[in-house]
Amino acid sequence: MSVLSVDNLSVRIGRRDIVRGVSLAVDPGQTLGIVGESGSGKSTTALAATGLLDAPGAVVTGSSVLAGQQELVGAPPRTLRRVHGGRIGFVFQDPGTSLNPLLTIERQITESLETHKHLTRRHARARALELLEAVGLPDPQRRLRSYPHQLSGGQRQRVMIAIALACDPELLIADEPTTALDVTTQAQIIALVRELQREFGTAVVWISHDLGVIGEVADDVAVLRGGEAVEQASVESIFDAPRQAYTRELLDARLVLGHPLRDVPGTATLLDVSELDVRFPVSTPTGRLVVHAVKDVSFRIRRGTTLGLVGESGSGKSTVAAALTGLVEPDGGRALLDGTDVLTVKRRERKAVRRRIGLVFQDSFSSLNPLIPVGVSIAEPMPARARDRQARVRELLDSVELPADYATRYPHELSGGERQRVNIARALAVQPELLILDEATASLDVSVQAKVLDLLTRLQQERGLTYLFIGHDLAVIERMSHDVLVLRGGESVEYRSAAELFAHPEHEYTRALLAAVPPARPGRATMT
Amino acid sequence: MKRPANPVTVLSAAVVVAAAVIAVGAGWLVPYGINDVDVPQALRPPSGAHWFGTDELGRDVLSRVLTGLQASMTVAVVSVVCAAVVGTALGVTAGYRGGWLDTVVMRVVDVMFAFPVLLLAMAIVAVLGPGLGTTIAAISIVYVPIFARVARASTLAVREEPYVAVSRTMGTGTACIVARHVLPNITGPLIVQTSLSLAFAILSEAALSFLGLGIQPPQPSLGRMIFDSQGFVTLAWWMPVFPGLAIVVIVLACNLLGDGLRDVLDPKQRTMIEARRQS
Amino acid sequence: MIILRFLARRLVYSLVVLVGVLILVFALAHLVPGDPVRIALGTRYTPEAYEALRHASGLDRPLPAQFVSYLGHAATGNLGVSFRNGDPVAQVLADRLPATVSLAVVGIVLALVVALPAGIYAASHEGRFSDLIVRVTSQFGVSIPDFWLGILLISLFSTTLGWLPTSGYRPLFDDPAGWLRHVILPGLTVGLVAAAIMTRYVRSAVLEVSAMGYVRTARSKGLPPRVVTLRHVVRNALVPILTITGIQLATILGGVIVVEVVFAWPGLGRLVYLSVAARDYPVIQGAVLLIAVLFLSVNLVVDVLYALVDPRIRLS
Repeated sequence: MSVLSVDNLSVRIGRRDIVRGVSLAVDPGQTLGIVGESGSGKSTTALAATGLLDAPGAVVTGSSVLAGQQELVGAPPRTLRRVHGGRIGFVFQDPGTSLNPLLTIERQITESLETHKHLTRRHARARALELLEAVGLPDPQRRLRSYPHQLSGGQRQRVMIAIALACDPELLIADEPTTALDVTTQAQIIALVRELQREFGTAVVWISHDLGVIGEVADDVAVLRGGEAVEQASVESIFDAPRQAYTRELLDARLVLGHPLRDVPGTATLLDVSELDVRFPVSTPTGRLVVHAVKDVSFRIRRGTTLGLVGESGSGKSTVAAALTGLVEPDGGRALLDGTDVLTVKRRERKAVRRRIGLVFQDSFSSLNPLIPVGVSIAEPMPARARDRQARVRELLDSVELPADYATRYPHELSGGERQRVNIARALAVQPELLILDEATASLDVSVQAKVLDLLTRLQQERGLTYLFIGHDLAVIERMSHDVLVLRGGESVEYRSAAELFAHPEHEYTRALLAAVPPARPGRATMT
Repeated sequence: MKRPANPVTVLSAAVVVAAAVIAVGAGWLVPYGINDVDVPQALRPPSGAHWFGTDELGRDVLSRVLTGLQASMTVAVVSVVCAAVVGTALGVTAGYRGGWLDTVVMRVVDVMFAFPVLLLAMAIVAVLGPGLGTTIAAISIVYVPIFARVARASTLAVREEPYVAVSRTMGTGTACIVARHVLPNITGPLIVQTSLSLAFAILSEAALSFLGLGIQPPQPSLGRMIFDSQGFVTLAWWMPVFPGLAIVVIVLACNLLGDGLRDVLDPKQRTMIEARRQS
Repeated sequence: MIILRFLARRLVYSLVVLVGVLILVFALAHLVPGDPVRIALGTRYTPEAYEALRHASGLDRPLPAQFVSYLGHAATGNLGVSFRNGDPVAQVLADRLPATVSLAVVGIVLALVVALPAGIYAASHEGRFSDLIVRVTSQFGVSIPDFWLGILLISLFSTTLGWLPTSGYRPLFDDPAGWLRHVILPGLTVGLVAAAIMTRYVRSAVLEVSAMGYVRTARSKGLPPRVVTLRHVVRNALVPILTITGIQLATILGGVIVVEVVFAWPGLGRLVYLSVAARDYPVIQGAVLLIAVLFLSVNLVVDVLYALVDPRIRLS
């Protein structure tokens, strides 16, 4: 008997069908992975199936039965309240906003226990301590009295898991629980959930857009697209013998480790950075702190190649980009771009020097002025000669594989991938010698990301462009880079050619990063 | 992004436009002279001849209300436009440049915020003497801070946007960035604030006139008419009611218009957030 | 301790603003076109009286020296003498302060008592008819001139129905019942308009908080709706609401001025009004300074409450 049995679930909001006739099932002690790109309806399906959907005007039809006896669709609010927290636990994506900033950790766990288990304060506190220990939170006694802002993202997510499991639920719904976390933290959380599941026999529904993660956690997989369940099978079948074209597409678009780039031997250095040092003041309500974001970092980028700059959050990688492009004042160091130090340019030469380095950010929408057509944005860096400009804009759009009539469209009319292509076109408009890509594909759907990376590779080969590719996804870095620099806490940890680094990583941090990457195929032992 | 226009917003806009028409054409619209004293006709209730009745000197209340409305609108529009221009210039400069300029401007703004609006206006009028001109000056000065704050907050937010950062990395000049990226993207909250400040400016002018510090008799002003009616309220309810209603209608229309515009132009509610403290 | 550092910062900031206030207030008297002493004396002008008053007011010394002595005097409570009747300004202010404070307090209490439930109710019924009613009513309230409301209330409850007095004041501690009877109408006038303004801010603060992730987490725990509303939504909305209340005080103090004139309430507002009419600059200066100081002090208190309520400020 399934813990959750969903039959022909549909959700309609206004005139749009968000979820269409989805059926799935989770067995006791098993993990069902729901995978899909953005807009596939995966979160809505899970929320609707458990009666937690709170969109005004949403109409949910179909059936969703808990443990073979409780119908959740259309159940009265009182019944649902007993189920939520009591029989189904939830873990959401963003640990930053999912915890109430004004309540202690203890309170946030005990209120659930008081409501469902009717424990007294003292018993609830003891149980809360047990739970914090079970989720591996260091110094749990102190943590009970702490507030969310005093914990790191990974620690907060552990607390969320503790809250979700507090009342021994039969089912745990985890909606993108590790998406906002670093790769190493993600690996820890995945291991934690697996262990807890083994110990308590909880069934888990794990929602993610990342096939690698799904491959690591799931026993069965449901692939969603446009609100429909495209394919459902065991995890091995999905990875080894996908039946639907879309599933195959998703698998193919995935970047996995083990596909190194062919090296371009011994070309001249374009950018020579030595001892770059950046500190900046941060203003808090209680005074100013100084953050030492980049500590004496040195590297070189060879002409026509890509240097991959890898690091987790807080590593300083974006600060390096900001320093090179003049957005942040460095406190020390030199960066010689073909002989000229770009860090210490005089006012008059600043414009000319800036135009030798192009920049593409992660957020494709905010990188474009929403009030002007994209053609005007692309043309912004060009000198103001009208006829020439239009032709050049068309040329650039063509080089990023977009049709020429896109020049009159506004940013909100384009998709994420198309906008990022526009951003690349704009960066190329000044014909820079160096192009910095700061997490440029991190926000794109997997299939779209693959195409944009292909575009970048092609442009590099055709035009001999040099890239500084910043990212946190090691598979992407491996795909794109000839050399790699690993940063942690603003310091350079390992700096070698990509081939050597991926084959024989020296530093333990690099090895930890590589080990944390979800494997290409599900290789984990199933529950015994 | 196209949504059907909110009917309330449209109606308020229509009312505001009507008020503007009155403001311009009051001179031609009034049925009687504003100071046509006609004592035998004093304190007559509303009738066919006098739609809003007559006051204690027999003057037609409707004509005085229309003229008073004209005066209020004039004061409000001129003051708010002046305040908006000066405030925006200060706010954008402070927000974009930052540094000591920002600190100085914001401290001055904070000092002005430490006084109730009406009190500051009264103090300015006390120094310069009452009258139409001083009222406009006083209200303009007193409303500069809120525009400065809204402009500054919006500028700061836009400055942090990636598209501004990209422009800077391409070497685009500051003036160009401000003109092309900052100003167009801050007009939303500023328009909303203008609409709301218009409403408050009308209330402020009415209060100043009520206290005898604004537009001086024999020029009619809605506030003064209400003041003068104090002795006759039970005898002639139309004397305070109509001027008051005129104020309520136009202020309400401006507020509703501002709210409606806010939904479209300022979804992040920068104007409301600016009412909260910043430091 | 972090909390002390936070408060120290706020205190320094308030002092900086206070200095600015003092400069502004000092400048007031000196921006007057014409000779303030001569204007004040008016028909009582004689060369001897002129010199005497001028010397007594210190107006015959250079500007910076005047400012310094002004600062010194203000710190010790000497704010000069009234041009109208020669009483020490500090005394005049002290006499009028209790009336204004009691009116302002009544006003803000009334405003909170109305606005908090109304705003929370409207937010939790967002988009529905009851929300519309609250929003329309508060829009009306914001658009009404307070002096007009006062006059209408007087004509209804005093003149016509005779339930309440038209004007006047009884000190609270001497005659509580009388105080209450006299404060009702002016208090309502100040309070209702303030309530309308605050309702909108409360509603928007509650809506903002309701959209936060932790409210969804609270619901996902199956907590009863009342617990979700009180412990998670309202409690977190109190932080911005607290800030708004502090700022609203400035508006209330402004409203109090006009209401005091309408109801002949012997407070600071009415004093300013009479002093402006009589060009009594020392009193105007003193009253303006006092009101600004009151406002700054209240906001400092709000900061203290903030620090106590929000653990992100209390702990690093």
